[in-house]
This record gives sequence, structure tokens and C-alpha cells, in this order.
Amino acid sequence: MSTSTDPSVVDRTKTLDCLWSFQNANGYISDGFLKQCAADLDISQIELEGIVSFYHFFHRQMTGEFVIYLNNSIVSECKGFLRVKKAFERETGNIFGKPDRCGQFALFETACIGLSDQEPAALINFHPFTNLNTLKVKRIISELKKGTPVESICDEVPDHIRFKPKGDKCILLKEYNLGLAIWKLQNMGRDGVIEVLKKSQLKGMGGAYFPTGMKWEFCKKQPATPKYIVCNADEGEPGTFKDRVLMNKLPGLMFEGMISSGYAVGAEEGIVYLRAEYIWLLGKLEDTIADFHKRGLLGKDVAGIKGFDFDIRIQLGAGAYVCGEETALLNSMEGKRGEPRAKVFFPTEKGFLNQPTVVNNVETFCAAARIIELGADHYLKTGTPQSPGTKLLSISGDCPKPGVYEVEWGTKVRDVLEMCGAEDAYYIQVSGPSGECISAKEFDRKIAMDDLKCGGSFMIFNSNRDILKILENFTAFFKHESCGICTPCRAGNFIIQRKLEKVSNGLAYSSDYEEIKQWGNIMGMTSRCGLGKMATRALLMALDKFPEFFATKVDQDGEGLNKKFDMVKALKPYEQFGD
Amino acid sequence: MSKKITIKIDGKALKVEAGRNLVTVAEENGIFIPSLCYYEHIDPPLGTCRVCTCNINGKARPACTAKTEEGMDIELDTKTLLDVRSAIVEMMFSEGNHFCPACEKSGDCDLQHMAYEMGISYTRFPHLFKDRMIDFSPKRMVIEHNRCVKCHRCVEEIHTDDGAKVFSFCNRGNETIVSIDIEQEAKLSEEQAVNAMHICPTGAILVRGKSIARPFGDRQFDMESVKKPENAKAVKKAKSKKAPKRDKKVIATTSLAGCFGCHMSMLDVDLGLLDLIEVVDFHKSPITDIKKFTKKCDIGLIEGGCCNTENIEVLRAFRKNCKILVSVGECAIWGGVPAMRNTIPLAECLEEAYLDSMTTEPEENVVPYHEDLPKILDKVYPCHEIVKIDHHIPGCPPSPNHIWKAVSSLLWGDEFSVLYSEFKYD
Repeated sequence: MSTSTDPSVVDRTKTLDCLWSFQNANGYISDGFLKQCAADLDISQIELEGIVSFYHFFHRQMTGEFVIYLNNSIVSECKGFLRVKKAFERETGNIFGKPDRCGQFALFETACIGLSDQEPAALINFHPFTNLNTLKVKRIISELKKGTPVESICDEVPDHIRFKPKGDKCILLKEYNLGLAIWKLQNMGRDGVIEVLKKSQLKGMGGAYFPTGMKWEFCKKQPATPKYIVCNADEGEPGTFKDRVLMNKLPGLMFEGMISSGYAVGAEEGIVYLRAEYIWLLGKLEDTIADFHKRGLLGKDVAGIKGFDFDIRIQLGAGAYVCGEETALLNSMEGKRGEPRAKVFFPTEKGFLNQPTVVNNVETFCAAARIIELGADHYLKTGTPQSPGTKLLSISGDCPKPGVYEVEWGTKVRDVLEMCGAEDAYYIQVSGPSGECISAKEFDRKIAMDDLKCGGSFMIFNSNRDILKILENFTAFFKHESCGICTPCRAGNFIIQRKLEKVSNGLAYSSDYEEIKQWGNIMGMTSRCGLGKMATRALLMALDKFPEFFATKVDQDGEGLNKKFDMVKALKPYEQFGD
Repeated sequence: MSKKITIKIDGKALKVEAGRNLVTVAEENGIFIPSLCYYEHIDPPLGTCRVCTCNINGKARPACTAKTEEGMDIELDTKTLLDVRSAIVEMMFSEGNHFCPACEKSGDCDLQHMAYEMGISYTRFPHLFKDRMIDFSPKRMVIEHNRCVKCHRCVEEIHTDDGAKVFSFCNRGNETIVSIDIEQEAKLSEEQAVNAMHICPTGAILVRGKSIARPFGDRQFDMESVKKPENAKAVKKAKSKKAPKRDKKVIATTSLAGCFGCHMSMLDVDLGLLDLIEVVDFHKSPITDIKKFTKKCDIGLIEGGCCNTENIEVLRAFRKNCKILVSVGECAIWGGVPAMRNTIPLAECLEEAYLDSMTTEPEENVVPYHEDLPKILDKVYPCHEIVKIDHHIPGCPPSPNHIWKAVSSLLWGDEFSVLYSEFKYD
């Protein structure tokens, strides 16, 4: 495949596909292939090296026959990550992060893999294994050693849909009949589609809450062609998995949303950027696309609309949380490092390949399809006047019924907790590590645009959990996932992590909290994209909302002497020469 | 010529051309917006370093990515913004391993220049001392990863004649480095290679045999601030004040993990020393050879950081016995040259020095360890991590004038204005 006559190799946008196919066949990206591939793409080797090293699922060293990625998110940590990690090391005889000399098992930690409702979870050769424990790990590894194929022992991932609003109030998860949205398009007309979306007040569900109708209108008004529709299926925020459930249960609905968008803005190509953690969903999505083609819902003259040609393809990511940021995602699709762009243009002006592009998240496209199917008036009858409609929550952590809940906007936190059976909720992280944390005092707040916004992740922690451990996990996550391009995020997360270590070791004074607050604010103010801006948000909020917890961790400052200097630790490396 | 519009910078209205880069436009109007990654002909601008962050129409964003628009309202020098911009530059110092006195680019370094303009005497952040490589593999260039601030200039700007990139970011997060393509590097002409060295804001890209070191005083950022008017005014004000009457004060000094260079610089106060003797007594100090504190001192001047237990003991004694404590010089402020060992585990350093060195005899080598010897710490610590420090005087060594001005200001409240040429890290 690495000959330059292969047309797919020359197209820069196929870079990730190319790397994937070589790695899948060989276990890693070899020097030889890197050289060949760079020549085919007509870029320098170092540029390709830069791309490969950006994504944590690409390896430049031999991995193994079985590549195991164990999720180290906070929910996994709470559910026994450490025990499972040790079990994997014991059973395989390998250490996490180190290459396996026998080339059989390669162990890696990875950020949230979208299975927070069934943690601890791992991917083995990208097949899901859930609810792991020591015994299960033992069984899995011994089966693999016997030669049992991975796909035959991996887990069937249940959707865990726990709650839908009753009757007409159920929007997203209501019964799905293929094509109901698409067949309405022709009658509505291009402007009609945008009008109905604007009327419905639908906002982007990815976390930025930009009005969807307006976004599509901006793109429609751009004279440049071709235009692109991009579905952001890089659901990377730790604790969220509702897009996984949507894609598993209603892939057609998502495609209908994309097709409607393509019709409205005048695009011919739709691309789903699917995070590599969800490779196991790829088959289903591809089958659905094929089915759409068969039914005339993709391809030429879609749904009988003369002149409306539209096709959808799937682009796999390769492991990088920051690619969920829309401009980073576009860079990644163009076969570059997934660094967010400087905010000079909206993607609707200059997006994929500098062409007008609509980027929306899976849930947004699904909601758009439902609005087209049901009409804006129906949609406006749910939720509250300020935030109409429903929202999918991915609930995980300390509750008996983790899973996906479709709730109307305006639902109280207290009611959500009741639904999922959480009895001892103490600390809730809403919208993931980059979102907000709330304490028991705020359980009467509503999940709504004008109160508590929620992107989907809803992690519940009970009073036995150590808040500091939660925040340290978040900081480590951001430090690892920062793209490294801007100073405050690259250096700041590292610095904050050191500071938290100090708190955790009992060496902090109350002035250290003040510094964390100041430094966190500086990161928020100056970072280049949402990742850095939001990285310290939970930490700053927790300091404010859980003063009683943090008070137990420090003393007042001691007469300028910094008495807490850690002399024992500072002398440890020297003392070994004393015996 | 595009049309003229009006923008406001800190309330001052300016008539400027529309659609031009804010940093450039401000500069043309005599307003200095600190910036590092910004390089005029890279378009769109990089926006990577964030040093030029200001408030534009009420929203914090980097000035380098903004184009002038009618009615643009820019806040530049508010207290918060000055602090934030300074913090970003401080972050770069604490993230990299910037040993200015040992750097070829010192004096011609944009990072230093920004820090001088902002008057950064120490970083509020702990130095991270991450172990970084120096890449000697290219035939002509050397890449000093310790000094790279990841501005992206070289990645965007340096291409071969075939248009191939020579540099690229590799890895991610705080592991990010700028790597060089050896094959492409070989294709660069001499001129292109030297251009890469010059385009680098710090001393991270060097070309072998092409020295950029110039004598002190001749370097780009030795003498004059770009913010001329303001500085000159402050100096004039300081001079016009008459010398106030002074009561006698007591000074203590010490050198911890330092080279006594700062003490030499103190002696270089020269004739000022005669004035000084009139108004101060030296107590515990290498100058008087007094070993123990017997009275409370007004000011303690600390040279050097803490590399062993004795340093810590002495420093704590100084804190107890001095009303004001001053870190003098880079070593006291953040570790300085002795802190070069901080990126390497102590055991490796000691083994290299005492066990595996060229001159040690087999079987007759030992790492010194005795109850009478101070114990060596895992790394060299800056003084302010051990005790509270009231003031920092940067430099390696600091200029005598800077020391004298700072000390007299701290002791007698003299008007304090250090010239740009006296504020240095080398």
C-alpha cells in the first residue's frame, strides 16, 4: 500500500487512515514506513513524525499482538482501576507503558474511553471489555494466551438507557423510523429547514451552546464551494458516553441530521470524525451508510430531491482529547497535528480545507433531525421557555443506576439524583473535568441554559471520595491532553499539578490556595482554546465550594520560615550513600 | 492604502489604517505591546505564546491575532493585564531551563528582552527543571531544547527550497518539543540556516561556527528600553531628589550555594562603598568574618541558593535575625548555575563525580558522607522556597548600581529606579 501510485496516499487528508492501516497490520509505525509515507505525502519526515507523535494511539515502537488500553479516568479510579491495573501487570508479566519484549501484550493507560457506566473498562485491540475485576482480567488474559480471538470474548456493550420523558416529551430517544426527517426536507425547502431550527432555539450540545440554526445559516450564506458537514463524534470529555449510545442505537438519526444540514447549507460531503476509542462502532455506522445508499437517502438526488447529492464518510481519530475542539478536529481531518487554530475565522467561513464547514456534535445532529421530523412547536413544548427541548445525561460514578438519561431541560439536580438512586451524593462534576462542580447546597439548581449548563457528563461522587484525588486526576488528564501549543496551558497544567502534589503531601499553606486561584485564573484568561481556559475551572470552583474540605489540608503561614520544607524527601537520594 | 479608522488604546484615540495587525500598529504609534511569537510576515499570526494578551472590546485575547477595526477599544496596561502578561513570561522561564549566563543568545534574546521590559526579577512559579536534551545530530545546527519556548516561528518560517518543513512540533502537552529534520536541514543554504538561528527568539537554534555572542554593551538588549520616554522620566525624577538624612543600619550578608561573584559585585559599588560605610555597619558577613548573629540586623543579603542542609540552616538563621531579606543574584533567586544539576538525579551526579570519573582509582573511590559534612539536597532550591524573601535583585552577578539602589531604597526608602542597562540576568 505504500507505493506512490496509490492515489489514496497522496491526498493529505488520508494521512491518519494511512497510518492506521500500517499500524493495524504491523503493530507500530516503523521508520521505513514513516519515510515512505512522508515521501508519498510530499512532506518532510519530521512533519509526519510530529503528526504521529501527537496522537497517543500511534506507536513508534513495537507494541504487541494484544494492545491493551486501560481507562484511567476518575470514575475508573473510583471503581478499582489500580487493582485492575495490577491484575493486568500480574497476568501478562508486563508493566504499563513499557514495550513488551515478547511482543505479546502491550499495556497502556488511556483517558476516558466512553464506558463510564461500566468501569473499570479497557480496550483490547480496540474491542471493549467492561466491568473489569481481578478475576475477569485473569480469565481474559488466559483466554487470549490460549489463542481465543479477542472479538469472541469481548463484551457486548449495553446502552443502559435508564430514563426517557413520558409521551410527547420524549424527543431524542423516542421510537425511530428511518427517513422521517429526510422525506420532509423537499417540502420545507433550504430556508425552511433553517427557519425551523432557529425557531426551535436548538443550541449546540457539544458544550459551546452556539445556536444551530444560526450556524447553518452562516454557512449557507457563504459563497465558496464546496462546503462540508462535519459531525463531531470525538466524545472525549471524561464521564460522557451519550454519543456512544446514540451512535449505537440511532445511527440513522445522526445521519439524517447531517443530511438535513447538507441540504440546508448546500454541501455535498459529510464527514463523521469518530474517536478511535469507538472503533467498535465503525461497522455499525458503515452498515447504516450502506443501507442509506440502498434506500436512496445518500448518493445522487437524495430522497428524490433533484440536484441534491450528498455522501457521508467516516474519519477515524487516533487518540487526542483536544481534537474534540472543532478547529483542532478540522486540523486533524486535514492530516495535521490536532492543534486548535488561532480564532481568526469561524469554521462556517473557513473550516475543513479552508472551505465553509458546519461542525456539530452527534447529539446536535440527532436533535436537529428530530426537530425537522416533529416540528419546532412540538420541540418547544418540552423543557423551559429559556431552554426548550431535552438533554441526554451520561450519569456515572457513585450511583446504583449509571447510564443515559434523557431529561427535559429545567430538571432539578435533586430529581436527577433520585432517578439514578444516588443517596450519598457529595460532589458532582457536571459537564466533565472542564465543567462545573457542585456541592449538596446546590442540588435545587436546574439543568438549564440559564442555570446549570450540562454538556452531558454527570459524575457523582459520594462523601467517602477524596476531592483532592478527583482534582489531581483532572489535572493529570489536562496536562496529558494539552496540545502544547500555547504557554499557559502547556506549562500551567504542569505547574498546577506540582502545586496539588504539595497540597496532597500536607506541605501547603493557605497562601498556596490563593496562588492556585490566581494562577488558574491566568490560565483561564490567556489560553488559546477551551481546553486551557477550562482546565482549572473545576479546581477553582471546588476551592470555593468545599472550603471545609480544603481547610483540613493546610495550616496558616508560619512566620516566613516555610517550616514545611520537605527535608526528609530532599535528603533521600543522598542518604543512600551513608551506609 | 486602506481607509483610516479610529481605535483606542488605554483611552488614547489613534487614527490608524483598517485591517492591520494590532501589535504593529501600536508599535508604529509608539505603544509597546510585549510579544514573543509574533513575527510580522507570518500570516495568520501564530498566537502561541500569549504574551501579548490584552483586553479587546472587553474580552481578553492576544493582540497579535487582532486586526484593527473601527471603534476597537483596547485595554493594555491595566494592573491585571500587566500581571497576566508578566505571568506568561515567568511561566516560560520556569518551564524551560534558561541559564542566561551560559547562553550564546543572552543579550540578544527576545525572551530576556520581554522580561527586562516587564521588570521580572523572579518567577512566582516553581522552576520545573524538566530534563531536556540538546540535539547535536544535525551536521550544521544544534537544537538546545532547554531554551525553546515553543513559539512555532521556525516551524512556520523555515522551509527548504522545495518547500519542505525543516522543523516540526513533536509529542504533545508538556512533552512537546521542536524537532529538526536532519535530511531537510542538510538542504538549507548557509544563509537559510543562519536565518533560522536569528528567527528563534531564544538561543534554542544554533548554527555551529556562527557565533552570535557579542561583547556586553554591544548586544541588542543591553542598553535601551523600547519604552524610552517613561523610563527616562522616572530616572530624572529620582535624580532631582536630594540625598535624605540617614540613620545607621546593620547589614548581614552570606553566600550559600554561590560563587561569591555577587559579593564581588557588592564591592564594585566602588566609591559608593565609602558612603555606605558612613551609614551602615556590617554584622555577620564574609566581609567582617563574624560567624554568629549577636544582634538583630536591618537587612540580610543572600547570595546563592540552597544545595545542602547547612545552607538551609544559615538561611533560616538569617530569616530569624534580619528584618528584610534580599535574594541577590540568579542562584539565590532560582538556583542559577548550580541548579543545572536539578534536571539530573543526585545519585547520578555524585556517581559521575566521585565513582565513575576519569581520575578515580578503582576500589578507592567513595562518595563523601560524614556526620561533619552538610548533607546534600536532592536539588538546589531557591531561597524563597525555604523562607520568605522580601526582595529579589536579579543578575549574574547583579550590577553594583542595582544592588546599591535596591538596598538604599529598602533601608531608607530612597526613590528606586533601576536603568534598563542595570537590570540583567547575566
